[in-house]
Amino acid sequence: MPDVSVLRRVLRRVLRRPRIAIPAVILLLELIASFGARWLAPYPPQQADFTAALAGPSAKHPLGTDRLGRDVLSRLMYGGADTFREIAIAVVITLVVAVPLGLVIGLRRGPLDAVLMRTADVVMSIPGIILLLIVLALFAQSMTAAMVVIGLLSVPGMMRVVRSATLTVGRETYVAAARVSGLGTWRVARRHVLPRITGLILVNAALACVGTLLIASGINAIGLGVKPPAPSWGGMMADASQTLNESVWPAIPTGGLIAVTAAALIVLGDGLRDMLAERWSGASAAAPARRRRASGPAVAAAAVPESDDAWLPAEPNPVVRLTGVTVTADTAAGAVDLISDVSLTVGQGRTVGLVGESGCGKSMTGLALLGLLPNGARVSLGTVEIDGVDVGSFDAVKWRALRGGTIAFVSQEPMVALDPLFTIGHLLREAVRTHEKLSRRQATLRARELLTQVQIPDPDRVLKLRPSQISGGMAQRVSIAVALAGRPRILVADEPTTALDVTVQREIVQLLRTIQRDTGMALLMISHDWDVIAEACDTALVMYAGQVVEAGPTDRVMTAPVHPYTRRLLAANPRLAAVGEPIPTIPGTVPPPGQWPVGCHFADRCPDRVDRCTQAPIALTRPGDDVVARCVLAGEELEVSS
Amino acid sequence: MWRTSGMRIVQAVPLLLFVSALTFFLQLFVPGDAARSIGGLNASPQAVAALRHRLHLDQPVWERYWAWLKDAVHGDLGQSISSNESVSGALNTRLGVTLSLVIATTLLALVVGVVLGMAGARGGRATRVTADIASIAGMTVPAFWVGLLGIWIFNTRWGLLPANGYVFFGTSPGGWLRSLLLPVAALAFALVTVIAKQTREQLADVLSRDFVRNLRANGVSERSILFKHALRHVSVTVLTVAGNNLIGLLGAAVVVEELFGLPGLGSAAVTAASSGDIPVIQGVAVYFTLIVVGLNLLLDLAVGRLNPQAVAA
Repeated sequence: MPDVSVLRRVLRRVLRRPRIAIPAVILLLELIASFGARWLAPYPPQQADFTAALAGPSAKHPLGTDRLGRDVLSRLMYGGADTFREIAIAVVITLVVAVPLGLVIGLRRGPLDAVLMRTADVVMSIPGIILLLIVLALFAQSMTAAMVVIGLLSVPGMMRVVRSATLTVGRETYVAAARVSGLGTWRVARRHVLPRITGLILVNAALACVGTLLIASGINAIGLGVKPPAPSWGGMMADASQTLNESVWPAIPTGGLIAVTAAALIVLGDGLRDMLAERWSGASAAAPARRRRASGPAVAAAAVPESDDAWLPAEPNPVVRLTGVTVTADTAAGAVDLISDVSLTVGQGRTVGLVGESGCGKSMTGLALLGLLPNGARVSLGTVEIDGVDVGSFDAVKWRALRGGTIAFVSQEPMVALDPLFTIGHLLREAVRTHEKLSRRQATLRARELLTQVQIPDPDRVLKLRPSQISGGMAQRVSIAVALAGRPRILVADEPTTALDVTVQREIVQLLRTIQRDTGMALLMISHDWDVIAEACDTALVMYAGQVVEAGPTDRVMTAPVHPYTRRLLAANPRLAAVGEPIPTIPGTVPPPGQWPVGCHFADRCPDRVDRCTQAPIALTRPGDDVVARCVLAGEELEVSS
Repeated sequence: MWRTSGMRIVQAVPLLLFVSALTFFLQLFVPGDAARSIGGLNASPQAVAALRHRLHLDQPVWERYWAWLKDAVHGDLGQSISSNESVSGALNTRLGVTLSLVIATTLLALVVGVVLGMAGARGGRATRVTADIASIAGMTVPAFWVGLLGIWIFNTRWGLLPANGYVFFGTSPGGWLRSLLLPVAALAFALVTVIAKQTREQLADVLSRDFVRNLRANGVSERSILFKHALRHVSVTVLTVAGNNLIGLLGAAVVVEELFGLPGLGSAAVTAASSGDIPVIQGVAVYFTLIVVGLNLLLDLAVGRLNPQAVAA
């Protein structure tokens, strides 16, 4: 006998969840009313009272009466027992057959899996209703026979669900370990897999119950199965349909009860799954985990804006200028800075590189420039100027006019950068016509011209292809062509070569240089690859944990780095490493936004750290003509106030 | 594309064999006298004997199946027991009704579902709650009941639409449309909620993909992103969903035909099921299987046009 206190605890836990308690109580009441109808129903199901036919609800008949004056509530109660029995037959059959099969083929795979999955495909393409009708005809309208068929027809769907969940769980280490240790399939399934997928099975069992309920009541509604005058929920709907001209009332509680029962089943299934999922993750026992507050107030770092950009490497004819830009995101833990106090300028025809490990805010800087920050993130301090115009107050329309035409974008993964459902010709024409009023034919010519510009041989053939039909390198060329369609004055290229082969990388960089030479376009190159920076960029900015830590002409930065991070990052370049020596790495990881230290962001990983590094925010200093760095040591001799 | 279509057609043959065999071999499971079971408890001994004779129940089931199969290959699905008509002849006139119902429902549900789903994707919390409730309602409210309430509102109360019967397109296109409106609406209700939900989820997924950011970054308008790019991705998904729902839709169509007195395949099967007219049900089984295969083929072709990769893969 189960311990009473355990029962009470379970009950209390269930009742605390309205999404379980409410549907459970509804279903429990229905079950009691149905199976206790003989004792609880106010009238026998067949007792007709012709003087009170089609009456609305009253004290005597709480749910009114039907066309023969029979009490609707009583008939619903009597009909309920059959309904629930039918659901139970079908769903128990489905579960008993499908769950073990799904578990076994999910764990063992092999030929049995192949055979059963093929069979499932065939069974699932049978129009099930016709089998039901023939079974009803053959088996003297037996609802039990019909329910067996419904149960069997639902096996393939349930088996697939169990199988795929089992596959997922089976891949987890402890299950694999249990199997390697020689535990039989069946015991692994019962002990390790079944408990994990119980929630999923419950949800699908609830859906199967709903399906059965709807089919069974449908069968009864079309006059098959249960024969009148025996009460059935479906039959009562059919009854009500015959007297609609006189009263709609009897139709309301019958159909309504089916819908309420079905909804209760679905909500209960979902609720139980969620409860089991929580128990599995162990979250319900512990106090609700409150997310840790961001370390250090986000404002502190921004308290020393360096909006004066006099220190920036000189860039003639600036096309874009970021001045002291801080991007802040609203998270559950409060406002968190994603990049802090970033300033940079790119002049016409020039190339500026942003370099650093991933997670340092390089891409975020690029997106801020394009006005495409992710939802919840915004420029909270500083200004973004494009072509001399402050874009801080731009709305969607103004941004769209700017994007593509003045500032364009090429992203990292060329294979996902193009809509796979359209031909390259279509995508290019669309880009061209976004910026110029051209006929379809003119647009095609321009598209062809763009493909030639990005040095694609045989452009006519490529125009007809889809993104999935071309190589990564070619897809990146097409992406560049799309970006060039509006003749932009500056291109933001976010790791344009990272996903490509080494030889293709070089070609793409060369291509961008050629285009710049021909068009005078400016380029902001975001990369973690020093070779790309060296080859493409006039100026290099090194970013670390949301800040610019060093800037200067690329040659100087690479040959005479000042900031310890720059030195470490250069040393970690695999292509500069001596043969036979291990490639040096930087120990530790980049602190994520919200966990930046108050002082130097790199201090934790810096071998040259001194006490001053961790006490206050570090300012950018200018120890030499072409040297800008955010390091207390670099500023020793020549501190320039910022 | 043609390869997949070919596969569909080739796979239809074993499916037809399997379904028709089921309709015969299920008889093996009937306990006791099959003729008595089919005729019902109230049938007279003479009626039972006649039934046994008409259905050839005295022959072994595989012989009967073989004979049926040989005729079926030539398009002869046997005779109805109750009317003596040829089954294929009787069903051919009913095919149009069921096809009209099922195709109109699918098209309506696709259009309305996608529109609602796209509208819902842009809404706030209130829209989301409404959409969630609607999608539960779609799963739980019986089609028969939706039809019932539809009849009450549009026929009994407002007298706008017929509650019963079918007008052939050739007789009066307007009448045809009016006779289909309520049944189609009753059938489409559940499918609309499914498609709206899929649209909402697919839209959220597509709009978060890289290529959408790139389109935005290069100046393509939001309208073009939504109605050209995203809509195409959504279409591929919802056409597949509509295909997966065809079998369920046919099941509901049987009930709805009966409610609205439409002379379709479903109501023929229902009548046959209550009178033990096995050859007619077997005929409807063949027709239903062909409808499922045929409509899935059309949906495949549509998906293939929108997304050639899906077919190439």
